[in-house]
Amino acid sequence: MEWIKWLGAVMLLMGAFSLLVSAIGLLRMPDVYNRVQTGTKASTLGAIVSFIGVGLYQYENWGDGNWVGRVLVLIIFILLTNPVSSHVLMRAAYFMKVPLTKLTKTDKLKEDINNNIVKEPENE
Amino acid sequence: MKNLFVSFVVLMIAWLLLNWTLDPINLLIGSGLSIALSFIFCSKCELFTSINLTPKAFLYTFLYLGVFLIELIKANIDVTKRVLSPSLPINPGIVKVKTRLKSKMARLILADSITLTPGTFTLQVEGDTFYIHWINVEHTDVETATKELVSKFEKYLEVLYD
Amino acid sequence: MISPDTLVFVAVAMMTIALLLAMIRFSKGPSIVDRVVAFDSLTITTLVIISIVAALSNRMIYFDVAIVYGLLSFIGVIVVAKYIQKGL
Repeated sequence: MEWIKWLGAVMLLMGAFSLLVSAIGLLRMPDVYNRVQTGTKASTLGAIVSFIGVGLYQYENWGDGNWVGRVLVLIIFILLTNPVSSHVLMRAAYFMKVPLTKLTKTDKLKEDINNNIVKEPENE
Repeated sequence: MKNLFVSFVVLMIAWLLLNWTLDPINLLIGSGLSIALSFIFCSKCELFTSINLTPKAFLYTFLYLGVFLIELIKANIDVTKRVLSPSLPINPGIVKVKTRLKSKMARLILADSITLTPGTFTLQVEGDTFYIHWINVEHTDVETATKELVSKFEKYLEVLYD
Repeated sequence: MISPDTLVFVAVAMMTIALLLAMIRFSKGPSIVDRVVAFDSLTITTLVIISIVAALSNRMIYFDVAIVYGLLSFIGVIVVAKYIQKGL
């Protein structure tokens, strides 16, 4: 059953590559919004693949404890919390008026705020 | 009643995943705790009212997960190409889309799915209008952007929630 | 002779480089939001490294550390977002 271990190690390597790419994106992108696109969210899939890889790599010790359950809990947990935290953070950044990069094509939200369709949340 | 049942099932699944045994004492403690917690925290809540509990909806949950995983992998490959190419071919902008989903829970799942796919994230939600930051803007008008970003998830979520 | 363990060590090396790059963004970042984003990225990479350590040393209790760390970082990011928007 050596191949399960190989499969786990290869998945771990793919996850590590994805994490590395997201870190490179974090350095290269021009503004906060694009950094979030690559920095925290591209790493979600990398983390999930890595966790599955760790679970498979450890198949000899599945009898010792609940590796499978822990890995599933961690994956579900990341899938539930990651979008919420990045959405809240970016919304705060937008209304704090962190500037968008010059490459930006359109900003429909700005237009709608100027036309009073959307109200800005009040700062206390 | 439906709220209590769904929250009981969710709590029980979490308990079983964390303990990973099926012996009777464990099951008894877990179900007792889950019933108590769902009565304390969800006796008045309306969180899960709109979930459909039919076999078709059960099947569509797995279909939705499959579609979502495929989209996630495709978007990840796309973003990887953009990050690693030397000229940095990005084209960002904020577009506006409209959804035809009515219930709050379905809108939450839709916004979360859009946020989890790299390349797009939900910046602001106003009723049925989502403002989405898109790393590669192809269409700026509402209809085409809706078709491009929302429709692929929407047709499954319509079956799951009403 | 290449074995699965070699691949795991290569993966850990790549993750260490990722941590280093995120650290650069963390110390450089022009605005506070940049720093929080870099912190989030650091957290996810650290979670994966903790789980690898748990697998290599075969101690399941370290996995619980990873779960609790993820929870705390989620709450931390939410609190920072609230803070920069409204001042707590």
